[in-house]
Amino acid sequence: MSAASFHDASPAIELINVNRRFLSPDGKSFATLNEFNLSVARGEFVALVGPTGCGKSTTLNLITGLGKPSSGEVRVMGQAVNGIDPRIGFVFQADALFPWRTVIDNVVAGPLFRGRSKTDAYAAGRDWLKRVGLGKFEHHFPHQLSGGMRKRVALAQTFINGPEILLMDEPFSALDAQTRVLMHEELLNLWSTTKAAVVFVTHDLEEAIALADKVYVLTARPATVKAIHTIDIPRPRILADIRYQSHFIEISKRIWQDLREEVQFGADATEAA
Amino acid sequence: MNNIAIGTGGSILYAPGTSDAEIEAAAVAAAIRHNRLVIIWRLTILALLLGTWEVFARTGIIDSFFYSYPSAIAARLYELITEGTDEASLWYHLYITMEEALIGFLFGSVFGVLFGVALGRNKMASDVLSVYIKVLNAIPRVVLAPIFILLFGFGLWSKVALSFVMVFFVVFSNAFQGVREADRAMIANAQILGASKWALTRDVIIPSAMSWIFASLHISFGFAIVGAIVGEFIGSRYGIGFIIQTARGVHDTAEMYAAIVIIVIVVLGAEWIMTRIEERLARWRPPALNDSNG
Repeated sequence: MSAASFHDASPAIELINVNRRFLSPDGKSFATLNEFNLSVARGEFVALVGPTGCGKSTTLNLITGLGKPSSGEVRVMGQAVNGIDPRIGFVFQADALFPWRTVIDNVVAGPLFRGRSKTDAYAAGRDWLKRVGLGKFEHHFPHQLSGGMRKRVALAQTFINGPEILLMDEPFSALDAQTRVLMHEELLNLWSTTKAAVVFVTHDLEEAIALADKVYVLTARPATVKAIHTIDIPRPRILADIRYQSHFIEISKRIWQDLREEVQFGADATEAA
Repeated sequence: MNNIAIGTGGSILYAPGTSDAEIEAAAVAAAIRHNRLVIIWRLTILALLLGTWEVFARTGIIDSFFYSYPSAIAARLYELITEGTDEASLWYHLYITMEEALIGFLFGSVFGVLFGVALGRNKMASDVLSVYIKVLNAIPRVVLAPIFILLFGFGLWSKVALSFVMVFFVVFSNAFQGVREADRAMIANAQILGASKWALTRDVIIPSAMSWIFASLHISFGFAIVGAIVGEFIGSRYGIGFIIQTARGVHDTAEMYAAIVIIVIVVLGAEWIMTRIEERLARWRPPALNDSNG
């Protein structure tokens, strides 16, 4: 801990002048991130919005260590990323639960992989299932649950490891609108007890504003930061009617000005390709 | 539960005031009627086929020397079951064939899964070895039968070896494919949750390849029997293949068909057992939409 305390003032996540190039199947190299800079303070909730396919998910991969930058630096808690950091939790867009495991066995996967004792892990697992309101479903299989319930399991599966950094890649995009608002509330509740630093990738501007402290608008590919908007809506936020408040609409209009050009540009580029 | 769903697929119009209990009872009755009809049709077709065969053979439309006829085959089957052949009882022959096929099947599938998973997880090894596997896979397995007889003799092990090669490649390529198809998000999820390389293979890769592996086991049990019987054709002292081979020698076509019937029953039985095991292991999967109940 002594080494960590030295870095205590450092941001939870830093991307400094990061470039990332990919090889297409026919051997051509193309850029997905261009001189990308991002800084997330500890306990801060940051949302990344940008046109489809602009490289939002790539940034998350770099933070987990599953992907490496072509140049530039990625730092987590003040240290260069080297492999998968156990302090990171990740909620995926796709259903990433293990379908052959029951709900409780899915939730305890992390603790067991990390070497916690079985009794310990299952006690914690039941506790987390109760917190996400699925206490009665521990012996169900994922396919027996609704999409929203599966996402709750995914949240429990991630939060049980006590992540200090939480990465979310369009986690609720497959849900219907009503369920999505419920999940936003659930997420903010869980987050307020842990105060992890969050990077939340989405293409839904309202979702970004409702949840985040800061919204980063990214350009079309290759992605770079176009603008950073601070969302000064006080917490705790009442999500059910937040989007009808005039201040929310004002912010939303302001960010949309930035985003619209990029979305248009991205769409043109896709059509031309 | 499935049966009810099958029976009520249509849009039946109920009179106003029909209670839920009545609708459910009607659905159950419809499902029972449906299943009964299916069985009746199956039996009708069987009777028609066997009847036509019998009549054609007896009236000389087809040559009964080559095609025999059902009643003769049934009689021969009864004799085989009660008296066996000159060499041994039917049960001993069957035991020999099953022993060969099962040992070959067991080793073939275990090694197939091991190699499939190992190569599926290791790109370098699979790139290097894939060319050899292609070459080996191009050899029609039965041409190995004479070689195995020379190598391992007329006994058990030459047939086991043939069953093994029949099974191995099917299971191997399915296990390999299953590993390759494992969901990317699921793998990334396990890694971030803290799975080591070995835990990832054991807890994510192998379970997700299981449905591929099981599909191959269904097919390859039949292949294991083929391996054993072809081996017995080439050289053996006992076994179902041996019965067929000797019957051919004395032009006893009824006995050849009777032996085929026995093998069909065995393979169907094995198939049934395997399906039950798979159902046990795959409780996590959503139920299939139309489950055949045959």
